[in-house]
This record gives sequence, structure tokens and C-alpha cells, in this order.
Amino acid sequence: MIKELHEKLISGEITSVQLTQQYFDMISQKDADLHAYLTLTKELALEQAKKVDEKISRGEEIGIIEGIPGAIKDNICIENIRATAGSKILDNYIAPYDATVVEKLREAGAIILGKTNCDEFAMGSSTENSAYGATKNPHDEKRVPGGSSGGSAVVVASDMAVWALGSDTGGSIRQPASFCGMIGLKPTYGRVSRSGLMAMASSFDQIGPMTKTAEDAAIILSIISDHDEMDATSASNFGKKYEDYLTGEIKGKKIGIVKGYLEGLDAGVKKVMESVIEKYEKLGAEILEIELPNAKYALPTYYIIQPCEVSSNLARFDGIKYGMRADDRKNSNYNPEGLPKNLLETYLDTRAYELGAEVKRRIMLGTYALSSGYYDAYYLRAQKVRTLIKQDFEKAFEKVDLILTPTAPTPAFKIGENTNDPLQMYLEDIFTITANIVGVPAISVPGGNVEVDGKQLPVGFQLMGKWFDEENLLNTAHAFEIHPM
Amino acid sequence: MISKDEVKHIAGLARIGMSEKEIEKFSKDLSSILDFVEQLKEVDVSGVEPTAHITGLENKYREDKFREFENIDGIKKLFPEEKNGYDKVKSVL
Repeated sequence: MIKELHEKLISGEITSVQLTQQYFDMISQKDADLHAYLTLTKELALEQAKKVDEKISRGEEIGIIEGIPGAIKDNICIENIRATAGSKILDNYIAPYDATVVEKLREAGAIILGKTNCDEFAMGSSTENSAYGATKNPHDEKRVPGGSSGGSAVVVASDMAVWALGSDTGGSIRQPASFCGMIGLKPTYGRVSRSGLMAMASSFDQIGPMTKTAEDAAIILSIISDHDEMDATSASNFGKKYEDYLTGEIKGKKIGIVKGYLEGLDAGVKKVMESVIEKYEKLGAEILEIELPNAKYALPTYYIIQPCEVSSNLARFDGIKYGMRADDRKNSNYNPEGLPKNLLETYLDTRAYELGAEVKRRIMLGTYALSSGYYDAYYLRAQKVRTLIKQDFEKAFEKVDLILTPTAPTPAFKIGENTNDPLQMYLEDIFTITANIVGVPAISVPGGNVEVDGKQLPVGFQLMGKWFDEENLLNTAHAFEIHPM
Repeated sequence: MISKDEVKHIAGLARIGMSEKEIEKFSKDLSSILDFVEQLKEVDVSGVEPTAHITGLENKYREDKFREFENIDGIKKLFPEEKNGYDKVKSVL
């Protein structure tokens, strides 16, 4: 889609200002119902678009993403633009700098339409945890779009942006992509700089593209992936142009199916998975069964390490340096010795009033697991199990090039269906979370539709690749897209 | 089972003020999640190294050079309470 628009801009069939305006028109038509955007950056967008048009009219060459409008998840910073990450505690927060990915997209000439809704600090699987209200699934507005990058999935799915960035800590790009019928790519840990992404669980977080096609995802990934001295965990730049690897040819590729993963699935998801396997076989891939004996521990491992990192990362939201400050509400039941009551109240009340239930739950869990006497039993043990899960993947990747699984155990569920049971909501991530645990790249690709309550709901499948082998992942997704059934 | 006293203690460490009702709810929620992660106890982890960096990245160094941040006003504007260009907080002593 990006390539076609790029051609149209060059040929003069449409200007970037016109294109950008079209997208804002679509937003004003649709977003009152869907609630995918939290902030629109119209002035900035049109100013950027004008510059691109001037460049084109001067006959200068433009880059592939130049003049093409997209959206950014609200937990990623854009200088002088509000960034709430879906939290009340950042209700008044205006980011003082650009995230590295935003800087790169800007330099490449991309147009930014606005910031998209997400679960508070990206914690959730439905976008219902946003302090600013839930986003709705365009395929059935009674259903969730998935999460936490629900807003980013919806703006692309409903033509309110050409592309979007999301962030993925346990499935937050891939699961909403599956629920909305989009491509969602979580790159290898370290492939994309996290500088300017609000830290949630630093050993899992990755920014990635959400798009209509694998080619679009490849184009965005080529722009945003790089080593960044602002993120010491970012990997070296291999200078890959991922779109150049999209041959659509996958003959002889070995795709692994994990033993036991297709049992006990939702009937609709299972049917889609069977047809996906059949299609890959027809395309010449070799399907092999593999075993990941420790993968069943991925979810409990995640729900120790992730809250621990959350409790540490979110300590910065305390009403002192930025964000909302609430105090003197006399809500503090707890008054430890040795701390002045006044200052302590600022912390206790700010965090009591401005953070949501899920965020508090994870901070509490992490604080407990890291507290004196529990570190070895929880955090350290989980990091050891993590090593075992990684070893399973290393073994599997000696046998296969890619691993195929469902993205989510079900199609989009109803708004309110899982909100009372945190554990049930966590189970949504059962297939996606492993890729974050072991750091491999993973993509969700639209696999088909199932009919539920008279509506056609999209179902995605997930491919996981070897570390830093995004090109194979994208090409295998591309092959699925371009070949008819 | 996490007792209400334990929840209170954790809430204090995490600096989150909590009502009695919330304390009760968290005591239930945390207990059910901790029961779920209990299954890690069955894994034999003897002799296994804990993961430090998942792709095994070596240390990345950069020059320790001071760099001017240009948008200082942007940061000052974020202070919840400002006085004479400083971030004002309640008395510490």
C-alpha cells in the first residue's frame, strides 16, 4: 500500500496535503465511534505534508515513506505533543523530546496524524485499561480490538492511517493485529531502539509496525531499526532493507508446528490454522512437528519478570518531576516510620488516584516478588526458566526456519467479557508471550475469518523466526498474502 | 494466601495509598496470580544460568561526552509546581 501511494505522490496523482487531509476526513467520520485516537497532530501533519509537496514540485526525489501518513501509539514520545500512554497520571504530560523511532520517521519524511489509544502503560490485552475509554473493534463494535496497541491496529484497519507504530511486551502488537485483521510485527529484542518509548518491562519491550501488508511492515522496519546510543540494549545495524527480501518464494522452507498447540483451541481458530498449514504446504514449505517442552512455563515466567520490571520502571511516576500530582486527599492508610508525612502523602496519593487497577496490580505483584526474602524464589528462578525456554528455541531452530502458531486463542472477545478476571485476560497472551521471553522476532498475519454472532471476525496466525531474521519472517508472511488459496 | 497486612506492607513499599476495600481485593488478586506462577517450582533449574540479556548482546560503549539538551523549557513546564524556575516539592526535613 505504501509503494502505491508513493507512486501516486511522484506522478502527481495526489499531493501529500490532499492525502493527509483525506485521512483526517476519515478520522472525523469514524473515530467518534471507534475511539482509536487520543490526540490528533493536524497542524504538525499538514506542515510536514506541505514540505513534501514542495519537494516534489521542485522535482526532488522523495523517500518511500515520505508524505505518507501514519500514527504513533501514545506511549511513544513526540516532541511537544501530549503523551499519556493511556494513563491519568500523564494527563498533562507534553513530551519534551522525540523517541528515536519518531526522529527516524520524521527524517524519512513520514507524516504523523496523531497518537493512538492503548491500555494504560501498555498493560492489557483489550485496550479496556485505557484511562480514556475503550477502543472498539471495527469488525464488531461490541468487541475489543485487542491490546495493548488496540488504537494502532484500529486506525490502520479502518483507514484512519496508512501505517502505525505499536509496542509489544507480551503480544501487544500481534494480538490486536490478529483481532483487527492486520499485519503486526514484533522485531527481535534490540532490533529497534526503545529510547522515547515509556519503559514498561525493559527486557521484553519492542516497538514495531502495524500495517495492511507485510511489505509495508518491511518498509517501516527498515526505517526504524538501527543501533542507538540512547538505548544500550539496541543491536548493531546490519543495514538491511527488509523490503528487498520479499520474493514470495518459500519453497523448501521448514516451518515448525509445536506439539500440542492446536489442541483445545477455539474451533474457528483451529479451522483457520489448518487452512494456513495447508496453504504453506502447497507453497512448498515443509511442515515439521517440533517440541518446546518448557514453553508451557512461558506465561508464569512472564508474570513474574514482567511485574518486577514494571514495579521498578513505574516508580518514576510519583507526582514529583512531571505528570499529575494529587495530595492531601488523606487516603494514605500506611505511614512508614522515618519519612516526612507531607512528602510521603504526595507519593501515596498521586499513585493511589492517578494509576489504574491493572497497573497497580502489576506494581504490587512485582514489589512483592522483589521484596526481601522472595527474590530467589520468584525473580531469579523465573530468569533461569527463561534460559531453559530459550534453549528449547535454539534446539528447535536447528531443525526449522520458522515456527507457526495461532496468534491468540480466540477471535476478538466482547467488551467487558474478561475484565473481572485478570488471570483469564493474561491467558490471551499464551501464544505471543514466548517470543518476548526468548527475544525472537514474531509476526501476526491475517489467516482468515470466522463468523461469530453474524459478524465476520478476523483471525491471525503467528510466525516466529530466528533472532534477527526478520527478512525470512516478512517474506513468509508476504508469500501467504500474495498467493491466492 | 497473601494477608491484608502483607498487602499493606507491599503497598507501602510501592508507595501506593490504598483503601480497605482495595487491600481486600488485592489480597485476593495477588494470591490467585501467585498460585498460578507456583508451577515454576516444579522446574529443575539446578545448574542453569539466569538470563541477563536475551540475545547475549555484549556491552555497548559510547563516549562519555556531555550533550546539550535544547528543550529545557519543555521540561520545566512539566513541573507539577514551579517556583523561580525550580520544581517545588513538600518539605523533606
